[in-house]
Amino acid sequence: MPRKLIIDGKEIEAEDNLTLLQACEQAGAEIPRFCYHERLSVAGNCRMCLVEWVGAPKLQASCSLQVKDIFPNKDGTPAKINTNSPAVKKGREGVMEFLLINHPLDCPICDQGGECDLQDQAMGYGRAAFHRFAENKRAVADVDMGPLIKTVMTRCIKCTRCVRFATEVAGVPELGATGRGEDVEITTYLEQAFGSELSGNIVDLCPVGALTSKPYAFHGRPWELKHTESIDICDAQGCNTRIDTRGRSVMRILPRLNEGINEEWLHDKGRHIGDGLGRQRLDKPYVRKNGKLVPSSWADAFAAIAARVKATEPDRMAAIVGDLAAAEEIKALKDLMIRLGVVHLDCRQDGAKISGPRPAYLFNTTITGVDAADALLLIGCNPRWEAPVLNARLRKAWLNGGLKVANLGVPVDLTYPVEQLGTSVEVLNALADGSHPFAEVLRNAKRPMLILGNGALARRDGAVVLERAARIARETGMIGPAGTPADGGWIGFNILHTAASRVAALDLGFVPGQNPDGTGGRDVAGIIDGAQKGEIDFIYLLGADELPLENIGRPFMVYQGSHGDVGANYADVILPGAAFTEKDGLFVNFEGRVQEAERAVFPPGEAKEDWAILRALSDVLGEALPYDTLADLRAALVAELPHYGRIGEVPLWQGADPAVWNSLGADGVFETDVPIGQAISDYYLTNPIARASRVMAECSRVLLCGGDQKVAAE
Amino acid sequence: MAYLDKKARQIFLWEFVQAFLLAMRYFFAPKVTLNYPFEKAPQSPRFRGEHALRRYANGEERCIACKLCEAICPAQCIVIEAEPRDDGSRRTTRYDIDMTKCIYCGYCQEACPVDAIVEGPNLEFSTETREELFYDKTKLLANGDRWEQAIAKNIELDAPYR
Repeated sequence: MPRKLIIDGKEIEAEDNLTLLQACEQAGAEIPRFCYHERLSVAGNCRMCLVEWVGAPKLQASCSLQVKDIFPNKDGTPAKINTNSPAVKKGREGVMEFLLINHPLDCPICDQGGECDLQDQAMGYGRAAFHRFAENKRAVADVDMGPLIKTVMTRCIKCTRCVRFATEVAGVPELGATGRGEDVEITTYLEQAFGSELSGNIVDLCPVGALTSKPYAFHGRPWELKHTESIDICDAQGCNTRIDTRGRSVMRILPRLNEGINEEWLHDKGRHIGDGLGRQRLDKPYVRKNGKLVPSSWADAFAAIAARVKATEPDRMAAIVGDLAAAEEIKALKDLMIRLGVVHLDCRQDGAKISGPRPAYLFNTTITGVDAADALLLIGCNPRWEAPVLNARLRKAWLNGGLKVANLGVPVDLTYPVEQLGTSVEVLNALADGSHPFAEVLRNAKRPMLILGNGALARRDGAVVLERAARIARETGMIGPAGTPADGGWIGFNILHTAASRVAALDLGFVPGQNPDGTGGRDVAGIIDGAQKGEIDFIYLLGADELPLENIGRPFMVYQGSHGDVGANYADVILPGAAFTEKDGLFVNFEGRVQEAERAVFPPGEAKEDWAILRALSDVLGEALPYDTLADLRAALVAELPHYGRIGEVPLWQGADPAVWNSLGADGVFETDVPIGQAISDYYLTNPIARASRVMAECSRVLLCGGDQKVAAE
Repeated sequence: MAYLDKKARQIFLWEFVQAFLLAMRYFFAPKVTLNYPFEKAPQSPRFRGEHALRRYANGEERCIACKLCEAICPAQCIVIEAEPRDDGSRRTTRYDIDMTKCIYCGYCQEACPVDAIVEGPNLEFSTETREELFYDKTKLLANGDRWEQAIAKNIELDAPYR
């Protein structure tokens, strides 16, 4: 029931489940705070949000006072709240004085300087000309929190945001506060690295400089950075990011608020991948001569490709799209290949057997829809590694609504309770025919969902897995009517991709079957097999680095991409492309949401934007593509796929047609002796940029491989 | 009477004597011109001359790479890059001042929290090439070492007014 309040003389009606702080913000008053955070539980320990409730004997901490507890005055008039009276100012000044007693005066060497809540609020509530504390300041030993987080614990003001984030959102209760009063210290209990894929977020949460980013330590100041809005490409979730650059280098990557995707979190790989953008870069074209790659010019590289293309039958050529490509270059490459008559096209480097109409390869529940789910079946996916921010959302659904989760696949700690169903594919049969106990849970759930990952799809019998999963979805009531959960709609069938380019490539049909009857063409395994047998002579790799190329034989390979990784090693011609920070590109996340990443810096050396390389190459090959500018290309893209014009929107429940779900995959028998595997073997090293990054290598060494952790005897 | 007075001045060359006395007065008065470079004008302790990066008495450089001088510089002639040093302290890896851009406003030394960057008393740093005026960290630290005594004295003299 809404309650009337008079805040700073302005009468408002506030819902009684709000806190007074939120009500004050509704009334337009700005309340300073350190410990309060919208997405964390209320702690009420910094006392900076004091306001005056006229008639109450003391100032009130507005973050922990609920509107429903504010009763009206005796004469029935609404309670009166002041947020800027002299008493409030004096109270907050007192709080600030206490906070500054033990806070060191080291702003000049503190990385938080310039974006520090304490610095900012001290401008309003600090008493510069007046201090009465001459004693020594408290000093606290620093804590080792791993390769990503630098700690200077003397600066800590004990707001406990990091502790609450670790416990509530990340689900890794490894941080805590020990001691009482002035002796409170934040520790990791066991002197170990903070083992979460979301650990970087506590740097953003820390209102002072106690927790700062270790890779970025001392490298820059917030006022000298240029901000560019971008999209994270390390997984398929498409977290919104902001790229901070100085000059030509990417200094850091921070999350951007998007309630529909990442709220305000970002996972560690997306956050700290930046140093990989400056290493192992391809900055000029190379052509292989006498077995060695030698630097070359664009004209020579194109001529080498053209000579080879002219000499090769289209049926002996193939093209593979990698994991980081934007929609524009996928379209350009496909248009070029179709003009050349090439049918062996594929984007599924991992061999996932995904196909079918659009809803069959999307995360149909959508990320916000997860909040309403009450039962979840994971099949061959590890959301904690494949989409860590989504995993936090799943954890939130478990916390708020008691989401029941079962995992069919390699047992992993997902930070919430999970019923392990083993790793045998045959369990899918039992789930599909309803004889498995968890099928009962799914049937009884109001909004059941399943997430099918590449660990299960990237098998030789992946099509059968897809068919069984669709059957489970049909049998357990996951396919509901169209509409949002609020409108009573529900679709619980989801595919969790791991590659940022995958959905765009599938949308654009970069898969085998280019003949009008939907046949023809080899998939990735077929292309590699063909190359080994000498049936494929030319392979065009657009940033494809996850392929097993060891025994590829001697096909002519063109590698277009940004980093010297696996693909470039085997290539005969290397065309230097742009990384995701260096081009304007559309990326489609696993929900099918189209998002735009803007260019933050220019590509290094002679490297060019990828679509422009393909456009230039098409001229040399005599099959000029019909677009000369990025705008033209985007227009062509939108003409082909109209929803690409609606950037940022999630296409709602396109899979409403029940027939879609009856025809997925292929019926057959399972290879029962092969257990369901994992799509990712090392979270920190999943793409060429991450593999070039020293920070990611260090994380992998310390956090996943045990690193050089000290044992008790040392 | 006025006629006689005028004639008497003419006969006794009075104006000549007057001029001679004036010349003699200036001839024996103290000179304002200085025999530069052998003589130099007095200088205020606040004089803003050539930049220098100072060190502490133990030889540790003062600059902590806070970048406040870079931020405040109105001519944007300071460029700083920083990194953690091997001992973990915050230090510059690059500290450049383009002396041809500098307008000698002294904001950098006002902004500096550790009195590292200062404008010293030296004004004689003309060069034959433009490139020599692009100062780097080594040059600035060398300046600091050379001028430390004078700079320290100036700071001490100015301290009561701060």
